[in-house]
Amino acid sequence: MKARDIAMLTLDVIAGVAVLIALYMALVWVPDAANLISPDEKVAQHIFYLHMGMNVDAGLGFLVTLIGSVLYLLTRRRIWDMIAVSSAELGVVFATAVLATGSLWARPTWNTWWTWDPRLTTAAIVWLIYIAYLMLRGALEGAEQRARFSAVYGIFAFLSVPLTFMSIRWWRTIHPTVFSGSNPGAQGGFSLGPHIRLTLFVSMIAFALMYAALMAHRVRLEQDAQAVQELKEQLL
Amino acid sequence: MSATQPSVIEVRGLVKSFGRKMVLRGIDMDVSAGETLALFGPNGAGKTTLIRILALLSKATAGHVRVGGIEASRAGAALRRYIGMVSHAPLVYDSLTGEENLQFFARMYDLNDAQQRIRHVLEQVGLTHRRRDPVRTYSRGMVQRLAIARAILHDPPILLLDEPDTGLDQQAAEMLHHLIRRLSGERRTIVLTTHNLERGLEWADRVALLVDGKIAFETPCAAISAGELRDAYRTIVRGHET
Amino acid sequence: MSESGRVTARARTDNSPHEWNAQTTRVSPAKSYLRKVLAITWKDVISELRTREIFSAMFVFALLCVFIFQFAFDLQAENTRVLVPGVLWVTIVFSGVLGLNRSFVLEADKGCLDGLLLAPVDRSAIYFGKMLGNLIFMSVVELIILPLFMILFNLPLWHPGILVVIFLGTLGFSAVGTLFSAMAVNTRTREIMLPILLFPVILPVLIAGVRMTGGFLDGTALAEMQNWARLLVGFDIIFLAIALMTFDYVVEE
Repeated sequence: MKARDIAMLTLDVIAGVAVLIALYMALVWVPDAANLISPDEKVAQHIFYLHMGMNVDAGLGFLVTLIGSVLYLLTRRRIWDMIAVSSAELGVVFATAVLATGSLWARPTWNTWWTWDPRLTTAAIVWLIYIAYLMLRGALEGAEQRARFSAVYGIFAFLSVPLTFMSIRWWRTIHPTVFSGSNPGAQGGFSLGPHIRLTLFVSMIAFALMYAALMAHRVRLEQDAQAVQELKEQLL
Repeated sequence: MSATQPSVIEVRGLVKSFGRKMVLRGIDMDVSAGETLALFGPNGAGKTTLIRILALLSKATAGHVRVGGIEASRAGAALRRYIGMVSHAPLVYDSLTGEENLQFFARMYDLNDAQQRIRHVLEQVGLTHRRRDPVRTYSRGMVQRLAIARAILHDPPILLLDEPDTGLDQQAAEMLHHLIRRLSGERRTIVLTTHNLERGLEWADRVALLVDGKIAFETPCAAISAGELRDAYRTIVRGHET
Repeated sequence: MSESGRVTARARTDNSPHEWNAQTTRVSPAKSYLRKVLAITWKDVISELRTREIFSAMFVFALLCVFIFQFAFDLQAENTRVLVPGVLWVTIVFSGVLGLNRSFVLEADKGCLDGLLLAPVDRSAIYFGKMLGNLIFMSVVELIILPLFMILFNLPLWHPGILVVIFLGTLGFSAVGTLFSAMAVNTRTREIMLPILLFPVILPVLIAGVRMTGGFLDGTALAEMQNWARLLVGFDIIFLAIALMTFDYVVEE
C-alpha cells in the first residue's frame, strides 16, 4: 500500500468512528432539551445535532469550492479544479440533507414542512446556485474551458450568498437563533446545557472529518477518471 | 532571405494542449523580417492553433513565443497593433455595412487617418462600390475580401493568414493572389496556411509542413518544385497515419 | 524584393515594434479607452436599430408577461399596490434575460469576438461596451413598459425614486448578466443556461427592487428604506468589480 492509501484509510476509520460516536451521543446519550414539551418535539430535537453537522459540511464544501476556484484561476493547476468540483458535489449532497433534516425537524416544531424563513430560503437558493454550477460544468465541452468558467461562477456563487441572506432576512424571521439568542420571536429554540453543547461540538467535528474523508476519495476518483481518459486517448 | 535578418517571430518548444488533448507538441520556428512562410498540413495538424497563438488569441501551454522580440505571454495590448489576421471566420458584423465595419475597427486600432486608410484598403480588395451595403448582402467571396481589408486596415508589419483562399471564387482568388504578392513585396512578415501546395509555393519564401503538432519538414521554396513538395507531403502524412 | 527600389517609408529593417511606424492616433489612454467602449456600444446599438431583433422580442415578451400576470393574479384596484411591483420586476428580469442571451450570440456566431480580442483593446473595455449596450436595451424597454403599467394599473410609477431604483437594479442585472452571457454562449445549451446561472445570483436585486418600488408607491420615505438602497448599490459595486476582474478569464483561450 502506498502512503496515500494508508493515510486515506486512517482518515476513513477515524471519521467513521467519530460519526458513530456523534450518532450515539446525539440519538441516545444526550438528554431531551428541558424546555420542550410535546414528545414529538423532544424526539425531533435530536435531529438538530446531525442537522448542524451537515450544515458544517455544506458550508465547508462551498467554501472549499470558492478557494479551489480562486486558486485555479491564479495557478491554472488542474488539481484545484478537481478540488473545486469535488467539494461542490459534496456541498450539494450535504445541503440536500440539511434541507431534508430541517424539514423533518420543522414539522413537529413549527407544525409545517416548509416556511419562507430567511435561513431556509437562503439555504434553498444556495442549493440551487450550486446545482447551476454543476449544470454549467455539464454543458461545457473542453476541460480547460470548463475549469475556467466554473471557477468564475464559483466565485460569483459564493459572494452572492451573504447578499441573498441579508435581503431575505429583512422579511420576518422565525428560525431559532441558537447561538446569539437574540430573537425573542423564534419558536423551537432551547437552552444549551453542557450535554447539548458537548454533543453539538462532537457532531460538528465528526461531520467535518467525514467531509475530509469523502473529499479525499472524491478527488482521487476525479484523478483516476482523468488518468483513464488519458490512457484512452493514447490508445485511440 | 539571408540569415542576417532578425527573427520577427521566434517560437521555441511551443506546446499547446486543450485540457488533456495536446494539439501542438513542441514547435521550433523562426520567421525573419519580410519573409513569407507557408504552413501546410492535414486538418487537425494544429495549423490554426499555431496561428491563433501567434496572433495572441491563445496562450501557449509551454514554451516560448516571441513576436517582434516581445514575449507573447507578457505582451500588452500594444503588441496587437502590429499584427493582422485573417481567420476561418470573417470577424465582421453582418448588420453593419462594409465601411462601418472598417470604421469600427479603425476605432479599435486608434487609427488617425481612418477615412484615408479605409478608402485605401477598400480599393485594394475591390469593394469600394459595395462599401455602403450591409455585409449580410455580400457573397462569400466578398465577405472574405472584407475580412482581408479588416486585417490590413492598420497596416500591420506582421500578417497571419489562416486559409485565406478557402471558399473563394475564381475572381476573388485572383484578387487574393495579387494582394498577397503585393503585401509580401512590402517587406511584411507573413505566415499563412493553405491546402493548395502550388499556391503556397508561389506566395512564400519558405514552406513548412505541420503534422500531428510538430513541424515535420521545412525548406526554402527555391529548393523545391511543386511536384517534389507534393511527394514529400504524401510520404510524410502517410508515414504518420500508419 | 527590397532591392527593387520600391522601398518606401514603410520599410522595416528592425525587429523591434517600437521602430514600426503604425499610423495611430496619439490620444491619451483614457480617451482612447472611452472611445473604444463607446464604439463597441455604438456598434451594438446600430446593429439593433437595423435588425430590431432583440428589442422587438424583449418588448413583445414584456407585454405578454403583463397579460399572463393579469390572468394569473386577477389584478384589481385593491391589490395592485401590493402585486404590481413584483409583476413589474419579474417582467424586467424575464425580458432582460432574453436580450442578454442575444448579446454574445451576435459576437460568437461569426467569430466576431475574436476580431475584438485581436485588436489592441483592453478586455475590460469590451466588457464595458457590451454591458453598456445591454443596459441601454433594457432601459429602453423599461421606459416604454413603465408608462404602460401606469395606464393599465393606474399607479403613480413615474416616481423619481422608482426610476432610480429601476436603473440601479438594471445596472446590477446587466453587470452580472453580460459576464454570464459570455459564458453561456459557449455552452451546449446556450439560451437555457443563462437564466439558470443568472437568476439565483441576482435574487437580491430582484428583492430589493420589488421592496423599494412598493415602498415608493406607499409613500415610504427613502430614509426608512436605507438598508435596501445600500444593498442595491453594494450589489452593483461588488459584482461590477468582480465581473471586471473575471471577464479576462472568460474570453481568453
